[in-house]
Amino acid sequence: MTLSTGHSAALDFAQPEPPDLSSGKYVKLWQGPQHPGITGNMSLELVLDGDTIVSCKTHVGYLHRGFEKLMERRSFIQNFTVVCRIAVPEPTFNEYLYSHAVEEISGIEVPERAIWLRTMNLELMRLASFLMWIGGQSGAFGQYTVPNWTLAYRDYVLDLFEEMTGARIYHMYIVPGGVRAGLPDGFEERAREIMKGAEKLLDQIERVMFNNVVFKARSKGLGIITPDMVDPYGIVGPNARACGLARDIRKDEPYLAYDRLDFETISGNEADAYGRAYLRLQETRQSINLIRQCLDHAPTDGPFQADMPNVLHWKVPAGETYVKAECTRGEYGYYMVTDGSEFVRRVHVRGPSYTHAIAVMERLAVGTNIADIAGLMVSLHTYPPEIER
Amino acid sequence: MNLRDLLSPFFVWQRAFEKPYTSIRPTIDRPGAPAYRGFHINVSEECVGCGSCHSICQNHAIDMVPAAEFEGRTGDSGLRPRFDYGRCCWCGLCVDICTAASLRMSNEYAWISEDPDEFHFTAGVDDKPWQNNEHGYRRAEGYHLYPPKRIEMDMLSPDESVQSFEEVARGYSEAQAKLEADRCVECGICVATCPAHMDVPDYIHSIRDGDYEKGLQLMYRTNPFPATCGRICTRRCESVCPVGILGEPVAIRWLKRFIVDQVDAKDYPRILNDQIIESGHRVAIIGAGPGGLSAAYYLRKKGHAVTVFEAGETAGGMLRYGVPSYRLPDADLDKDIAYIVSLGVDIRYNTRIGKDIDFEQLLQDYAAVFLSTGLSVPSNMRIQGEDHARVLSGLQVLADVASGRDPGIGSRVAVIGGGNVAMDAARVSRRLGAEVTILYRRRIADMPADEEEIHESQEEGCNIVPQAIPVEIIAADKPQQVSIKWGEAEMVQDPTGGRPRPVLQEDRMHTDTYDCIISAIGQGSDLDFLSKENQQQLAIEWGKFTPGEYQQSALQKVFVGGDVANRTADAISAIEDGHHAARGIERLLNPDGFTATQTDNTGEPA
Repeated sequence: MTLSTGHSAALDFAQPEPPDLSSGKYVKLWQGPQHPGITGNMSLELVLDGDTIVSCKTHVGYLHRGFEKLMERRSFIQNFTVVCRIAVPEPTFNEYLYSHAVEEISGIEVPERAIWLRTMNLELMRLASFLMWIGGQSGAFGQYTVPNWTLAYRDYVLDLFEEMTGARIYHMYIVPGGVRAGLPDGFEERAREIMKGAEKLLDQIERVMFNNVVFKARSKGLGIITPDMVDPYGIVGPNARACGLARDIRKDEPYLAYDRLDFETISGNEADAYGRAYLRLQETRQSINLIRQCLDHAPTDGPFQADMPNVLHWKVPAGETYVKAECTRGEYGYYMVTDGSEFVRRVHVRGPSYTHAIAVMERLAVGTNIADIAGLMVSLHTYPPEIER
Repeated sequence: MNLRDLLSPFFVWQRAFEKPYTSIRPTIDRPGAPAYRGFHINVSEECVGCGSCHSICQNHAIDMVPAAEFEGRTGDSGLRPRFDYGRCCWCGLCVDICTAASLRMSNEYAWISEDPDEFHFTAGVDDKPWQNNEHGYRRAEGYHLYPPKRIEMDMLSPDESVQSFEEVARGYSEAQAKLEADRCVECGICVATCPAHMDVPDYIHSIRDGDYEKGLQLMYRTNPFPATCGRICTRRCESVCPVGILGEPVAIRWLKRFIVDQVDAKDYPRILNDQIIESGHRVAIIGAGPGGLSAAYYLRKKGHAVTVFEAGETAGGMLRYGVPSYRLPDADLDKDIAYIVSLGVDIRYNTRIGKDIDFEQLLQDYAAVFLSTGLSVPSNMRIQGEDHARVLSGLQVLADVASGRDPGIGSRVAVIGGGNVAMDAARVSRRLGAEVTILYRRRIADMPADEEEIHESQEEGCNIVPQAIPVEIIAADKPQQVSIKWGEAEMVQDPTGGRPRPVLQEDRMHTDTYDCIISAIGQGSDLDFLSKENQQQLAIEWGKFTPGEYQQSALQKVFVGGDVANRTADAISAIEDGHHAARGIERLLNPDGFTATQTDNTGEPA
């Protein structure tokens, strides 16, 4: 088996010469849109020389549901039930950013309790999302034990969501003005118990998946992102942090209660698939810690929703804003323009997957082995629905 | 490669001895979390069919459909939400907006059926196994999608208000009105409940849009007395407003007033643009109160020549003489009346039918007659000594004050009664500097007066003595005083289920002396101007008419309305009677051109 060596450090933006398909030397292969690489549908058009990839082109459009356009014809309250679908495994970042954008333009102050509940909700989401991702990364390299563990354990976290928000996947909990409810009775104890179990699980995963000769052999050196690629390619989140950049919006431009939480930005020094995976494992542990801090500090009484106008004919004043948050994959942003009517004029959702799954993927794939392409896709952690909002 | 990395993965075997995540039998039902957003529950008895769930649903998964068992209930549209589970996304916004908190969700989430139509059901009407599920999503306490509290109206403080006849309610500012208008959920239950069926949601909408001229146009379609009703309407609309079920109802009356206050009277002709094409018919109206003038307005719009015969010196009827100016300033009443008169309505003041003109004469001279003479004769208390000179009638006191005369009440006054006239007489007496005691035979909660009036009269220092039954009026030592003997009453439950009855306690009698006693226990009609024969023909019972279709009486040409022909005896009912009679008269005079939904010359439904 040939191990891929990744990409050279010298950054070259010139389009490579397209391979001469008529030469009979190459094989063209469509990978996807259904495949084990990522959550959602997306295709890679691969050209292979033997089992080495010489060119990669990302094709999206299989999941296009026109969210941004849908929002222009729905009232401000109705949109909050739509946005969660933009990133299926991480709906709450959409809920938070949409709500935050509306609140910023209309000048709504969210009460303290809602700020803490939102923070906790987002961190629980990070935990659930990383658990699913760890399973994906492990499975992409043919190791199917860890996915069974993590996806099952993720369901315990979804149980917490179910209790807190009334739903497992599309929580629809963070609503413009605050959140929809406080915590149910006994939630704190159950959450702490599940956090304890999650920590234990992560230790086991570290022993089984990370201290694993096969995993190391396949992931080390795969898809190296060098620091000089980060800005030109718009690389964010763990993908950027793994190569040594300490960039985390939670720390750099704190929102919600992050300025009151005790944590440090984690950055790594190995920017290959293994390094990114290990960084995410650490961030999962950090997330558990943050959830515990939220449980400690979140007020148990007081309002959880600002005084709201009647949402049935809510007109948000004209304005525009860009709001962002650190989701599991990096900067997630909402650009919103309102014109004073009952409908939003324009929403643009900036998900990190757009760059990661297209420009970055197309570059990193070149020179890798066909067997590693799924592992590479997972290691960039992308969600196709947020590419095609 | 190191040895650790080779051995460490074998740790997976340790898990083989742990309890598995999965259950052995996957068929075991797992209930949803207590707050799970599962299938919909609607407590149909609590639901009023306001349709807010339908309005907020972004998937159009909810239709409001008629539910026979709830049709005709007061304050209920008779509709219930029907869910289409092919569309529903279980966001629960319908539960959040539900004005009655009747809509909930169960924590059931599994439902299998071979019939796709089954997934289209009316919650709470169609029987579903989860209807009584105690768990599931409910709107959390403290979470609202519309403001539950109304914007408080600025009022004169009671100390200030008793000093003068200045209007107590100061009116909304534009910002306040817009905030209050924002609370409306546009269900239209108010429209159905308003006797005049005013287009409340649309004129409230016009406030949100800042288009007060449109608001005025909407109001004049059904009510030519908006400035008046914006102040003193009995507002049955507010009593059924679903926003009031969990919070406070939308202040519909104050919003109506706000619109009128924004528009200058001199702009009315331009805004309302009532084009009159003379029809050649002549119609007589007896009584220039709200009923008579409402009929005059809508008849005039149809082009009929209208003559109003009024016994008093000015128009307005009970609105002028019965409602004190601190509730309804003359200028505002005049604003309404002046516009009606400006359309060419001829009002003959100081003209009493039966004395100055014979009723029979009217029947001969006019194509139709609308009779709305109101209730002008105070009822008797039917106790001994009530013809004492110091026993005044509430109506007389109010009329004197309204006409600028001194009613001569003295400085200590007892008011007998618990209706609006009693409250008004008491508050007027306070303004004239008197110390006021109100004697009422039942409990305060039983008072027929508007709750607001009861509250304000108490605030202004009127002492309400409930469960006090007047027994006898006795001459006092001084001629300018009078004594009243009254007894305390106990409320006795009616065995047949009627309202509790006050029973006089003979052993607990009191005698108090006042400068005057104002009797305000009700009013009756004065129909002496009708001949015996006419009275028989018109089928008058207990001094009241029982009108038929379109307010038509037993005499084909005679239409009746207002207090003398309805049970509610309030301004808005009289206004609707007048409007309705105008339709009836139009049908009589122009039978070929009349349809129930015909449009008037503004192109709007008449």
